[in-house]
Amino acid sequence: MKKPKLNIGVTGLNAIDSPGPGVSVIRALKEATSFDTRIIGLSYESLEPGIYMHDIVDRTYSIPYPTAGTDTLLERLEYIQEREKLDVIIPNFDAELFPFIKLERRLREMGVHMFLPTLHQFEERQKVNLNEFGKKYGISVPKSKVIYDLNAVHSLPAEFSFPMIVKGKFYDASIAYSIEQVKSYFNKISAKWGLPIIIQEFIHGTEFNVTGLGDGTGKTIAAVPMRKQYITDKGKAWGGISISDEKMLDMTRKFLRTTKWRGGFELELMKNKDGELYLLEINPRLPAWIYLAVGVGQNIPEALVNLAMGHKVKPFADYTVGKMFVRYSWDMIVDREEFEQISVYGEL
Amino acid sequence: MKLKKNIAVSEAGLLFNPVTGESFSLNPIGIEILNLLRKEKSDEEIRSAILSRYNTDNPTFEKDYQDFIGILKHNHLLESHEETKA
Repeated sequence: MKKPKLNIGVTGLNAIDSPGPGVSVIRALKEATSFDTRIIGLSYESLEPGIYMHDIVDRTYSIPYPTAGTDTLLERLEYIQEREKLDVIIPNFDAELFPFIKLERRLREMGVHMFLPTLHQFEERQKVNLNEFGKKYGISVPKSKVIYDLNAVHSLPAEFSFPMIVKGKFYDASIAYSIEQVKSYFNKISAKWGLPIIIQEFIHGTEFNVTGLGDGTGKTIAAVPMRKQYITDKGKAWGGISISDEKMLDMTRKFLRTTKWRGGFELELMKNKDGELYLLEINPRLPAWIYLAVGVGQNIPEALVNLAMGHKVKPFADYTVGKMFVRYSWDMIVDREEFEQISVYGEL
Repeated sequence: MKLKKNIAVSEAGLLFNPVTGESFSLNPIGIEILNLLRKEKSDEEIRSAILSRYNTDNPTFEKDYQDFIGILKHNHLLESHEETKA
């Protein structure tokens, strides 16, 4: 039987020290067995490497930053849709999810399918709501406090012991060992990502991540846990290994069952020396290491596209344990004309 | 003393715990002791096996063996009493 060819828009084509998931998602889609693809990159900056990877990205369009508002984004997507007839868009950044969720119905009317968490799910799992999230769903989370004001820093030692984590609302986290460091990180992170700042209890232990896919009814379609083996200054996994921790998988299934999560996700977990698991963060999108899931037998981006297209997807039954990913960086040689084309015309 | 069932040991002596993702490199004696543990040999059987093959005395073996077992326990590679009962 002839496979359908889908036009799929993918964001997150960047690859700095905190790389976007876009290129990994595209690699997964290229290996899909249930459809063929034409990939349309959606970029925010002219130096996102995915723009120039012509072997896996057929064409790229720049799109406006989320701060420009949903109307501006919709206008640009309408322009792209006229030319590319997109079937699916996979947004891969936390910060862009809100406008895409808002536009989901409008895009659907234009023929573009997505498979995103609901606005309620998206808001509920925000870092600022993690305490309430943990209480509501019976999942252990580290104690955290949201602060809007630098003066609030002085009352922290009464509630938290050092070190403590200072986190931005979307990205960035630093470990502070003194009040001076808390103040410094407060200023640095709030200048970049705005307020509030989240103060979180520091859990000593080992970091793990789980990526997966929920079908929106509480069912687990996919789940792959990974231990970070090589961690960068930014806390990103540059190498990792698939593992088979039943506690972690139980927590994941509980998260999906109780929240009826819809879409891809990444759970950031910490296991302390007594083996207790804490949920540190829920990222409402696929992670940059998603290709490991493909490598161990769960092509999560393919399953996500099929769910977006309204097809029934059978949950993955298993995966290979002990398979590693080792990330590398690769210098591409790019003609200046290509850079000009995407910078000036916003298309390449 | 029982090694957890899911622990994998390669011929080259690399031990992999699939639950935690940790890997450990073993020296030849470590591999030998681990293989005896996998066969569920008792401490006494392991002692006689090693003493009969290597030129070492009992107190030296005992100290090194207990150190090795301590490392395995510390890294949750042995089944605990509760787990064994379950």
